[in-house]
Amino acid sequence: MTSSMSRNDIILFAGFAAVVLLLPILATPFGAAYPDLLQRFMIFGIFAIGFNILFGLTGYLSFGHAAFFGVGSYAAMWSFKLLSLNAVPALLFALIVSGIFALAIGYVSLRRSGIYFSILTLAFAQMCYNLAYSVLTPITNGETGLRMAMSDPRYLDRMFFDAAPGMPVPSLFGMSLGGWNGFYFSAFFLLATFFLAMRISNSPFGLMLKGIKSNQNRMNYTGFNTRPYTLSAFVISGMLAGLAGALLVVTDPLAGAERMRWTASGEVVLMTILGGVGTLVGPVLGAWIIKYFENIFSSFNANVLNSFYSFLPDGVREVAVTISSKFVGEGWHLSLGLVFVLIVVFLPGGIMEGARRIAAWFGRMGNGSKRASEARAQPAE
Amino acid sequence: MEMQTRENVVLHVADVQKNFGGLRALSDVDLQVEEGKTHAIIGPNGAGKSTLLNVIIGRIPPSSGAVIFDGTILTGKAPHEINQLGISRVFQTPEIFADLSVLQNVMTPAFARRDGAFKINMLRSVESEKGIREEAEHMLEDVGLIHLREAHAGALSRGDKRRLELGMCLIQKPRLLLLDEPTAGMSRHDTNTTIELLKKIKSRGMTKVIIEHDMHVVFSLADKISVLAQGRIIASGLPQEIKEDPRVQEAYLGGAEV
Repeated sequence: MTSSMSRNDIILFAGFAAVVLLLPILATPFGAAYPDLLQRFMIFGIFAIGFNILFGLTGYLSFGHAAFFGVGSYAAMWSFKLLSLNAVPALLFALIVSGIFALAIGYVSLRRSGIYFSILTLAFAQMCYNLAYSVLTPITNGETGLRMAMSDPRYLDRMFFDAAPGMPVPSLFGMSLGGWNGFYFSAFFLLATFFLAMRISNSPFGLMLKGIKSNQNRMNYTGFNTRPYTLSAFVISGMLAGLAGALLVVTDPLAGAERMRWTASGEVVLMTILGGVGTLVGPVLGAWIIKYFENIFSSFNANVLNSFYSFLPDGVREVAVTISSKFVGEGWHLSLGLVFVLIVVFLPGGIMEGARRIAAWFGRMGNGSKRASEARAQPAE
Repeated sequence: MEMQTRENVVLHVADVQKNFGGLRALSDVDLQVEEGKTHAIIGPNGAGKSTLLNVIIGRIPPSSGAVIFDGTILTGKAPHEINQLGISRVFQTPEIFADLSVLQNVMTPAFARRDGAFKINMLRSVESEKGIREEAEHMLEDVGLIHLREAHAGALSRGDKRRLELGMCLIQKPRLLLLDEPTAGMSRHDTNTTIELLKKIKSRGMTKVIIEHDMHVVFSLADKISVLAQGRIIASGLPQEIKEDPRVQEAYLGGAEV
């Protein structure tokens, strides 16, 4: 495997792994170094990378990926209830169930492309949401959400040992997955997902997916049956969404229908576009930024704002607080929307394009005169 | 109705009709293309040349009749199946992968030829596929684009895009190459380069069907010419015969010097 990895890939992966594993230290200055938030960084990073395998490589924009996220959550929860408190069977079960859902939904939705594909995935996701919210209440526990109980059978665990006293919590072969353990457990899967995405993107399979995004017509006349390619990408991406949903249940043992709502599907689209569609690191960055600001902004309230604007005279301060308060707390989506508009208008390639432009600018500053003379030496066709 | 296919004929368009609503685009078109030959189809605008090519490639189904390639009926097959049988097509407006590099554009069809219509190949990287890359680089040398191999294909000039598309088709070593006005919009110089390139592959024994407006191109390349007018083939023969055929001169050439 490593023989076919280029030097640049190895450096990229090592750099990414270093950042992820050192995140508890690196996030300290931002006030984000606590396991609960960093776990969500990992989980939504996986979700966004998986989404990008479909959207970034094939160009098919799914508006229903939260369905697979939610299905993964429920599947993992049922594994915890019926089989074992061990996270491994829960994740496997979630991967299988979300894979089956993705196969069925993808098979139908991929018969159309463009906006019709997006609408179909949205429709399926809303159906899944409604099933979870009301119709399938015996399985999903509807509005309240599904949690573990002392009385759950856990057949696999019971075969080996008696139930431990106290509230059941997910574990990894007896090791607790609370706190920092949970973070490193999720980080392992984020790194594995990143590695997979890197392999796909560099492989001939990835080249075919990019070809489909660029010109599906040419792909067909070049001898490729494009449907199985798009379906494979859809299933891989759906399974990764399921994995992310399962990991969320490992760290926060409650599976609820609200995770399948269309706003959750929209959020992963935002993450990917904000970070940079089709790039490897971009979707992860987008996920981290959105989760970070969600955490910061949604905790702001009038008191925080009052102390922030304390340097202003009374009358002006009240106006400033009133206006600002619409953009924080419950209304933080308003700020997110504004940032999103700015990114799409000025940086359609997301943060990664911004980084590239800055790097290019520094490059020109560095050897500007040399480049310019080279450009003149090469005549235009 | 019994279809008679002559010996050495690799492509047989057998009594094809195509109606678009009340409009008859093709009527009783019977065309036999011999193996290794270059067969040009000429005719005035609206004669049905592009429709004929679309019927051959499976883009549109004929209303009646059939297209037979080397004993296989193409009618009803998907475009990728037709390509996998050994038929590649150059489009009137170049169909390339604008978002990919020039080299990747040529490597992609080489993968289709080697790995078939569908294969999940994730264990190797594109970079480590040395055989395919070298083949693609040779092809880029042939079509004169090797100096642009890392360029974004979408940024190429129109003429370069045409040459790139030709390279993408040739790397598949198709048995039959369909060319829809391969030199339209090219400068005289680029047109002559393309003619030279097509002559070179002619000696490799590839069969070609070419639709072309430019009589200079047609008479430089064609072994045989069929003239299509108002959806019918009005004449078929050697270039010299076609040039002298009075019906052709009347219907198409209009007595103009060729």
